[in-house]
Amino acid sequence: MSADRSGALPTARTTLEPRVGAPAASPSYRLELANLSVAVAAFGVGAAMAVMQALSRANLALPLRSPGVYYLSVTAHGVLMALVFTTFFIMGLGYVVLRAALGRDLVSERLGWISFWVALAGTAAATAAILSGTSSVLYTFYPPLQAHPAFYIGAALLVVGSWGWCVVMVRTYRHWRRDNPGTAIPLPVHGMLATVIIWLLATVGVAAEVVLLLIPWSLGLRETVDPVLARTLFWWFGHPLVYFWLLPAYVVWYSVLPRVAGGRLFSDPLARLAFVLFILFSTPVGLHHQFLDPGIPAGWKLAHTVSTYVILFPSFLTAFTVIASLEVAGRLKGAAGWFDWITKLPWSDPLYSSVALAMLTFAVGGFGGAVNAAYAMNAMVHNTAWVQGHFHLTVGTAAALTFMGTSYWLLPRLTGKELRFKGAAQVQPYLWFAGMVMFGVVNHVTGIMGMPRRLYEASYVGAEAAARWSEWTAISAVGGVVLFVSAMLYIAVMVGTWLWSKPGAAPAIEFAEPLSPLREDRGVWDRLGLWTILAIALVAIAYFYPIGQLLRTERFGSPGFRPF
Amino acid sequence: MNRSEAKVSEGEGRGVGGGEEGRGVGARVELYEKIWMWGAAGLVVVFIGAVVYTAAAGAVHPPSHVETIDPQTARTDPRFASPGVTERPDGTVEVVLLAQMYAFLPTEIRVPAGRPVTFRMTSPDVIHGFQVVGTNANAMVMPGYVTEFTVTFPQPGEHLIVCNEYCGLGHHVMHGKLVVEGEAP
Ligand code: HEM
Ligand SMILES: [Cu+2]
Ligand SMILES: [Cu+2]
Repeated sequence: MSADRSGALPTARTTLEPRVGAPAASPSYRLELANLSVAVAAFGVGAAMAVMQALSRANLALPLRSPGVYYLSVTAHGVLMALVFTTFFIMGLGYVVLRAALGRDLVSERLGWISFWVALAGTAAATAAILSGTSSVLYTFYPPLQAHPAFYIGAALLVVGSWGWCVVMVRTYRHWRRDNPGTAIPLPVHGMLATVIIWLLATVGVAAEVVLLLIPWSLGLRETVDPVLARTLFWWFGHPLVYFWLLPAYVVWYSVLPRVAGGRLFSDPLARLAFVLFILFSTPVGLHHQFLDPGIPAGWKLAHTVSTYVILFPSFLTAFTVIASLEVAGRLKGAAGWFDWITKLPWSDPLYSSVALAMLTFAVGGFGGAVNAAYAMNAMVHNTAWVQGHFHLTVGTAAALTFMGTSYWLLPRLTGKELRFKGAAQVQPYLWFAGMVMFGVVNHVTGIMGMPRRLYEASYVGAEAAARWSEWTAISAVGGVVLFVSAMLYIAVMVGTWLWSKPGAAPAIEFAEPLSPLREDRGVWDRLGLWTILAIALVAIAYFYPIGQLLRTERFGSPGFRPF
Repeated sequence: MNRSEAKVSEGEGRGVGGGEEGRGVGARVELYEKIWMWGAAGLVVVFIGAVVYTAAAGAVHPPSHVETIDPQTARTDPRFASPGVTERPDGTVEVVLLAQMYAFLPTEIRVPAGRPVTFRMTSPDVIHGFQVVGTNANAMVMPGYVTEFTVTFPQPGEHLIVCNEYCGLGHHVMHGKLVVEGEAP
């Protein structure tokens, strides 16, 4: 085995034979494209709703504007962006990464298709329920707000579909492992498998919430639901969900970005260490979303705070490794001095600029996250516009802008079609960044002033405090419009490339090579089974006692309410 | 199928390869890795230390009271039947409050400056938030549970109270007023 990997750069990069005329190098490219196109469509619809919301919050008159439409729209935007766009994109990207980096076809592609259709059917059911106006419960669907049963069933199907994706991913890896015992896992595959493991751990919580509590309750088979228990199960899922979004972006930062920038991956072992830490610590942290909830003792909230800060560490590692990789790229291009390397980087390449701006935004977002997680400081910002600013910087930009950039890189490689409207693709990331600076900064500022999130309009019948933050909301509305324009440019490039570009030779899907020679064998970071078992143990410790204590308390559930 | 089907190739003339040069770079990489890892780990330890220290020494805790109540009879439950402000014998002040669609009961609260004020709240319908704008008094109000926490407002003045958890179509109008009375110290 090691004979044909004598270059000391194993896992490094895998070149798929470009097939002239044929659209892609693997039979599963249709499955990948199907997942990616659902993601792009969900993103487009979600962005259209978003601009209306941003204008409404600034109290601008719009046709059809009403609280009913607003909260319906926020529900649709949250679900389509945070759950549908991300999940489908990650499923598509996961398949691509696995089969390209392992250099083999997917195992059970059929199951991949079944999963795709199940997830799509679930999305359609939930979307229909939202659009019918019977399910304006927002994407967090906290009971006792009660949605139409189709909303919960749809959500459950989306999750079941994603489990099918997990099976395909794990089986493909297992087959490769059988043929390559003892070989180091290619780094991007390592990251993707970490994503799969986190997703499986996370979805246990939400599946329990939806299947045991919410579906029977919405069908009238169960009279009441305890909102604290439901929220605890939701956030068991809700925080690792963040890492489910982020890890695939990290895979791109580690394994695609340095390649596109013309450099090397600075440190392969640090990257693996980071992924393993994410597997261990992304789930036992959910209570940090419930600092201000009654019914949960302070000690457990503090315990989850500690693991929340531990999970900052792998993100620090990522920042270091990726920035060092870019410096390597700049220096390989002849940069001297301290900062000259920055100017040598390919700022007009849409993958590069998207990801670089996404990372920059994430640095600010991560700082805000450290504030949110501070057990005592959290009370200043909990449920204010600050939070909305925070997650638009993180998932809305660090993950979403990375995914947009990734699609510019991926689409030609999957279809053999050259990007259409290249100029639009080049300015789009900068526009997104500019819009997000306005939108994000204003939301952080108004949040500190005390303006709540999830708000149709923010004037509070002329209250003085509200007058102060209302001066700012117009800026975030402008930011919203800029973001919308950027989103539409992205859609135009995707659709334009898809429809009006002739297929030619597909460029190869290649990943960055590590700078330091990589160990040949399977190191301790590659023992994913072991790490998974440890992660399960940590989740059990973190949740067994708090949930057990809740269940032992005499609690009174709540009947459903539909105030929309 | 095995790995050889996937063509693994050297970096095409990218400058840094394996070999001698690679090993030199490797040593430097390891040094930087170490510096960064310990630095980042130290920072994380400082963060955790600060949080745990303030929690333990200053008794800074978020509202975490554990007490349940039947939401369907909360309005008539003796604990919440007469919302309002009362002075306790020990000089502290208690505010009993219902958060419901789409108002706080009572809508206006008057408390003295500089004295501990204990809020006790619940909801007879959906989840609400209770946030006193301009202070860090902020808590979730959940049906089935009693939220309790104590704050001291040092300065006299008027504050807007807002509901900061989505509670239905009237969420954005759900608000109240807190008046802190007394002289400025
Ligand atoms: C086109 C650019 C975007 C604009 C203008 C925008 C704007 C907004 C606005 C105004 C809200 C409602 C805030 C509220 O009332 O609390 C919102 C909520 C939200 N957005 Fe975005 N957004 C954009 C893109 C994204 C992206 C890319 C994501 C994630 C991938 C995202 C995720 C969310 C989520 C999860 C919510 C929360 C909904 C809730 O509180 O229930 N947004 N966005
Ligand atoms: Cu409310
Ligand atoms: Cu509300």
